[in-house]
Amino acid sequence: MKHHSINTGRRKFLIASIYTGAGLTLGLYLPGCSKEEESPPKAGPGIAGEEAVSEVDFEPNAFVRIAPDNTVTVIIKHLEMGQGTYTGLATLVAEELDAAWSQVVAEGAPANAALYKNLFWGETQGTGGSTAIANSFNQMRKAGATARYMLVQAAAKKWQVPADEIIIEQGVIKHATNQQQASFGELVELAAKQPVPTEVFVKDPEEFKLIGHYVPRKDNKPKINGTAIYTQDIKLPGMLVAVVAHPPRFGAKVKSFDASAARAIKGVKEVVQIPNGVAVLAVDTWTAMKGRDALQVEWDESGAFNMGSAEIMADYKQRARQAGNIARKDGDSDKAMRTAGKTIEAEFEFPYLAHAAMEPLDCVVQLTGDGCEIWNGVQSQTSDQHAVARLFGLKPEQVRINMLFAGGSFGRRSNPQSDYVLEAANIVKAINGKAPVKMVWTREDDMHAGYYRPMYYHKMSAALDANGKPVAWQHRIVGQSLIAGTAFEAGMVKDGVDATSVEGAATMPYAIPNITVDLITTTLPVPVQWWRSVGSTHTAFAVETFIDQLARAAGQDPVAFRRALLKDHPRHLGVLNLATEKAGWGTPLPKGRGRGVAVHESFNTYVAEVVDVTLHENKTFSVDKVVIAVDCGIAVNPDIIRAQMEGGMGFGLSAALLSEITLKGGAVQQSNYHDYKMIGIDQMPQVEVYIVKSAEPPTGVGEPATPVIAPAVANALTSITGKSFDRLPLQLTA
Amino acid sequence: MINLTVNGESHSLDIDSDMPLLWALRDELGLTGTKYGCGIAVCGACAVHVDGTPVRSCITPVGAVQGKSITTIEKISSPVAGAVQNAWEKHDVVQCGYCQSGQIMSAIALLEKNPNPSDADIDQALQGNLCRCHTYVRIRAAIHTAATSLASQGGAA
Repeated sequence: MKHHSINTGRRKFLIASIYTGAGLTLGLYLPGCSKEEESPPKAGPGIAGEEAVSEVDFEPNAFVRIAPDNTVTVIIKHLEMGQGTYTGLATLVAEELDAAWSQVVAEGAPANAALYKNLFWGETQGTGGSTAIANSFNQMRKAGATARYMLVQAAAKKWQVPADEIIIEQGVIKHATNQQQASFGELVELAAKQPVPTEVFVKDPEEFKLIGHYVPRKDNKPKINGTAIYTQDIKLPGMLVAVVAHPPRFGAKVKSFDASAARAIKGVKEVVQIPNGVAVLAVDTWTAMKGRDALQVEWDESGAFNMGSAEIMADYKQRARQAGNIARKDGDSDKAMRTAGKTIEAEFEFPYLAHAAMEPLDCVVQLTGDGCEIWNGVQSQTSDQHAVARLFGLKPEQVRINMLFAGGSFGRRSNPQSDYVLEAANIVKAINGKAPVKMVWTREDDMHAGYYRPMYYHKMSAALDANGKPVAWQHRIVGQSLIAGTAFEAGMVKDGVDATSVEGAATMPYAIPNITVDLITTTLPVPVQWWRSVGSTHTAFAVETFIDQLARAAGQDPVAFRRALLKDHPRHLGVLNLATEKAGWGTPLPKGRGRGVAVHESFNTYVAEVVDVTLHENKTFSVDKVVIAVDCGIAVNPDIIRAQMEGGMGFGLSAALLSEITLKGGAVQQSNYHDYKMIGIDQMPQVEVYIVKSAEPPTGVGEPATPVIAPAVANALTSITGKSFDRLPLQLTA
Repeated sequence: MINLTVNGESHSLDIDSDMPLLWALRDELGLTGTKYGCGIAVCGACAVHVDGTPVRSCITPVGAVQGKSITTIEKISSPVAGAVQNAWEKHDVVQCGYCQSGQIMSAIALLEKNPNPSDADIDQALQGNLCRCHTYVRIRAAIHTAATSLASQGGAA
């Protein structure tokens, strides 16, 4: 994104015309706004777009609303799924508005791409790719600065003083010499009558009071007292709860079903066939589940997928013997391999992974007189809105989405086919819209019905010259495409290469003169989807464990080896140096302990992790401590950055140690958290996080810590055992 | 009819005795702070207190808890509960928040029994409370903070 700024003294002038569409205009609400406390179920981040705002509202109300009671409501266009965006975006507005943090409330935006599009995604509203802070940074600051400007103009008029003599501190508007002061609320009516400026000043970074400093999370209280509203918690008058019998294998279809036993259960109201199964609707969740248990479905499995994970991997290995589509070609790696002194080879296997967010998938849909209303924590408002509109023959704007908190998502609530949202809508369609429906997936549905991070096979080879310097690097990736068949295909698949399959591999930063990265894309009916950190979930492991293997083959320290190859990548080098320095890299470790490192960039954020592990006598190991360094440009909320590093690393550690979805005869073998495992508090290492001081534009932090941990752990284990690791989850013994 | 005492109030519900307490709380009584995560007592999101003991409400039939005192996240009010919630806020523990009611209920039950838990005690008491956001570092820190604050309150009293 280009932005031009002209320094005009205290504040920088930001040219308004860089913004297209909305987000510049400000809605200041006149008396009559309902107070948050007066409508507790709708409080703050609960049901977005539901606030009964009355009287005069200045169109269009994009991002800031200031009430006479002095509440500053920041409308958040991104889904809060734990990553802290309600706090982050509110920080940006509050900073430029000079509001007191305590007067700021965050509220989820309705689905409206014209107003709330992701500025990196064209005309699309959505959350993902760690873009929330990055795409909103200037937009939200401008929204806050615009509100501030209008408040200052109002005060200047009221007090008959020049506007440039007015200051705002902690939400109090002041004129220094004549002792006047006012709250925002007191000036709302007058401020609303001021012309909306087309250009406003924003602060120089040295002036930041909130950005870069600690502010408490805006979603803290409702999430510790049980009042936060998730989709699971919605109950509408007359609403039925739906549970769906899904096909036992991918591609199976309903042949016939017998609903008599299900219907005989008191409270079961409807049993209907939908495109991907049979839905049982009941007055409550338990009854719907019992109804589904009683339902007899005969499935037509003639066209169902019936391969197992082992057969898929064997097929991938076979395919890897042929060259794929070129994702990167520097020099001539074949020639360099043939003439080099020493060659090293490796292969890596990665399983399917479920997102397995704590809140299973769910969605509330109601047909209304003039359209359709949805309650959900969705990552992709615009595509979901369009998909549901098509199903019902509505215009997209007739599909209203109330954005709720998501109980985790990790990519899953951004489905390119709008799968679970459409499933809920199809149920409503099947009952002719006679009742609002809350569709809930059980945990077993969540494990069995997809979508997954794909299986991948990687084959690598490299060559060192006589001095141990790498001269050739070959990296072949085999696996399903996340993007093929989606609306993103035209933009993200080029020359047969899905950019998300090779990100982190094609962008490998090490200075090696001859590099070939190629991709073999497979097609399987197993539904796949991006999973926190996307392509880097597998490429970071392959690249970062293989570079360690090269260092060992060269007889060099893995950090020194990396440093020598990262001279042209100062930000990689910066986090590598910071993490290794803080972790005491090079200091001797007690017997049985090992230390490993990995460094990786994803979504323009750079992360290095140094891991200490202990090998126990019973041939198990523990991950004791992780030191993380991150460079995400300007650190908007340092504490949320730390939290995302801790949690994102932990999420990756679960996959490194425990999680995998496996297929047998086409059926998913895992069903719940007892066999699709994640770490508990007892397996969580100590974590230290260090943030590189930077003046670069801010980048996201939700994903980049995740892919770095698995290779760092593997490298630490290799440092003790000498054994290299070729699959995830890691296994000490074959 | 099933008679439940929840948060000090008596309720008579026309539900089957095999309905898990979780669904009675959520769907019948509107107490949605207690969450469904797994339905098989492995994730802990559904933890409530029954006569002061943490219980997995997703596998506890309502028929088994009639006449007992059930407390949910919405009405926890003991000094320990206050200290735990304050510590959760101070450490900004929550991310998505979905598991946190259960985490907090388990943390309260731990501190009620053991006012000064070690890391190993915390591991033991909370390893059945999964957090997909992996907020464990802060959960641990918050429990220690709550213990410290309760000890200082006790000392002052």
